[in-house]
Amino acid sequence: MLNATPRPIPADHEYLAECSVPARAGAGLNGQHVDDILSDDYKMGFFEVHAENYMGEGGLPHQALTQIRNNFPITVHGVGLSIGSERGLDEDHIERLAKVVDRYQPGIVSEHLAWSTHDNHYYNDLLPVPYDQATLDRVVSHIGQVQDRLKRPILLENPSTYVAFEQSTMSETDFITEIARRAGCGLLLDINNVFVSATNHKYSPEKYLSEFPLGHVGEIHLAGHAEDKDDDGETLLIDAHDRPVADEVWKLYQDVVTQMGPIPTLIEWDNDVPEWHILRREVKIAEAILDVVPEHPLLGERHASAAE
Amino acid sequence: MPARLSELSDEYNVTQDTFSSLLLDPELPCPKGLVSPSGKVDVKRFSVYRNNVVVGLTGAIADIFPAIQRLLGEEAFMSLARLFVADNPPTSPLMFQYGSGFAAFLEAFEPLKDYPYLGDVARIERLWLDCFHAADAEPIAPDALSAFPPESLGDLVFEPHPAACLFSSQYAAVSIFSANRQGASMEGINPAAPEDCLISRPDAQVDVRHIPQAATVFFQTLFDGQTLGEAANAASSQDPEFDISMAISTMLEAGVFTSCKLINEEPGSTGQ
Ligand SMILES: [Fe+2]
Repeated sequence: MLNATPRPIPADHEYLAECSVPARAGAGLNGQHVDDILSDDYKMGFFEVHAENYMGEGGLPHQALTQIRNNFPITVHGVGLSIGSERGLDEDHIERLAKVVDRYQPGIVSEHLAWSTHDNHYYNDLLPVPYDQATLDRVVSHIGQVQDRLKRPILLENPSTYVAFEQSTMSETDFITEIARRAGCGLLLDINNVFVSATNHKYSPEKYLSEFPLGHVGEIHLAGHAEDKDDDGETLLIDAHDRPVADEVWKLYQDVVTQMGPIPTLIEWDNDVPEWHILRREVKIAEAILDVVPEHPLLGERHASAAE
Repeated sequence: MPARLSELSDEYNVTQDTFSSLLLDPELPCPKGLVSPSGKVDVKRFSVYRNNVVVGLTGAIADIFPAIQRLLGEEAFMSLARLFVADNPPTSPLMFQYGSGFAAFLEAFEPLKDYPYLGDVARIERLWLDCFHAADAEPIAPDALSAFPPESLGDLVFEPHPAACLFSSQYAAVSIFSANRQGASMEGINPAAPEDCLISRPDAQVDVRHIPQAATVFFQTLFDGQTLGEAANAASSQDPEFDISMAISTMLEAGVFTSCKLINEEPGSTGQ
C-alpha cells in the first residue's frame, strides 16, 4: 500500500496526539469551530488543514492549530503548490510547506492535480491540466521535487473539472495511475470530484472508480456540490463544498470502502461553513459507514501490506 | 502521428498562458480546445473557472477589508473589488498577504474622491491582518522598568515586538476604522481631523488604539533604536504637553516591545 505512512522529517515540536491518521472519518478544520471541537465529547478521527492558512509567522491560527494538534492527528492539504504548472514550482513555497509539515507532523500531506499560479499570478482556484505526455512528465517531476524536500510521499488528489482538453491523449484514470506509478506518490480519492467530473463529462462514475488504482489511495474526500446547466442545457455540477454530501456520492463511497476496507475519510465543507454540530453529523455518517465495512477488504494488495 | 495532424492538434493546445489571460477578462472568447462532451467550446463551462477565480479573490478582499465594505455598502464594494482583482491578481498563494494595493486603488478611483479617508482606513485594515499573522513574542513584563535604577531609565533602548507598528493619517481614519469594525455609528467623527494609531498584539487579539501624535514620535524614536530619554525629548518638542507616564503605560499595556536594556549594556542582559 502506497499510502500516507509518514516518514516525518525531524520535527521541532512534540504533540500529545499520534501522528498517524486512523482509518476513521475527520473534518476540515475551520477556525470558528476550535472551541466547540475542544469541548466536544465526541472525538473525531482527525482534522485536515489547508497548508497555506498556517504559513503566517505566528498569532491565533498557530495557537489554535497547536491546541488541535495536541488532541488529534492532522492531515495537511496544500492548495497553492500549483503542481501542474507549466513554469515549474516555486521553491520558496515548497520551503513554506516543509516548515508547516515539520512543525505540525501531519500523518498525511496532500496536493492537487491542478495549477493555480502562472507568471507570478496566483488565481486561488484549482485549474485543469490536459492529460497528455508532456503534462504527465512535468507533474511526475514536480511531485518528485516536493517529495524529495519533504522526505516523504505525498498524496495527489483527482480534480473536479468543467471543460475537457481536446489535446488530451489519455483518460484521467490512466493519467493518474501512471503518475502514482512513476512518482511513487499515493493518491487522495475525492469521490465528490469523481461524481462531479463524471456527470460533467458524461462518463460513468462507477466505471471511473473501477479503473482507479485504489491500491494507491491513502485518503478519501467527500463534499457537497451545486447543480447548474451548461450552454447545451446539460447538467453541470460545481464542486462547491458548501452543503451536505449528495446521496449518489454516499453510495459510491459505500462501494469504494467495501472494496478497500476502512480508510481515513474527510468531509470538506469550507464554503458557507455550518455550525459545528452540522458538520459533525456529516462526519458521523461517514464514520457509521466505516464502522460496518469488512475489516478484511477485498483488495488483496492493500490487505497484504496492511497486515505487515 | 503524421506531421499535418500534429500541426492541426497543436492549434488546439491550450497553454496556461492562454488559459490565465482569459480568466480575468470576461470579454475575451473562450479558447478553442476546451470543450464540453458535445465537442463544442462552451462559454458557460469556462465561466465556472472565471467565476471561481473572481468570487475567490473578491471574497478575499471582502474578508480583509470589512470596514471598507461597511462604508461603501456591499454592492458598491463588490463591484470595486471586481475591478481591483482584475488588474491586481495576487502574486502569492498566501491569501492573507493579498490586497496591499487596495488602499491606493481606492484613492485613485475618481467617483470616491469625496471620501479621501478611505485609503487610510484600508491601510489600517491591511496592517491589522499583518499584525494578526506576525511572529509570536513575549512582550516585556509590566514591571520590567522597575529592574533598573530610576536615574538610568533615560538610557534604556527597546526591541520592538514583531506585531507592533504605527500609522499616521491626515484623516480620522482610526475612528472611522474602529466605528466600522464595531458596527457603530460615525456620528461625531470629523473625517478631516488627523489621527495616529498604534497597532499591536499584546495577546492573540489585535489592538488598534488611537494615540496622540507626540506618542507616535515617542514610539517611532524607540523603534529607531534611540533611548527612552531621546524619545521623550523628541515627543516633548513635538508637543510640550506630551504625557510620558501615559505613553509608558500604553507601551506596557499594548505589548509594543519584547525587551529593553541600558544602551551601553552587553547584549543578552535584558530587563525582561
Ligand atoms: Fe477534495
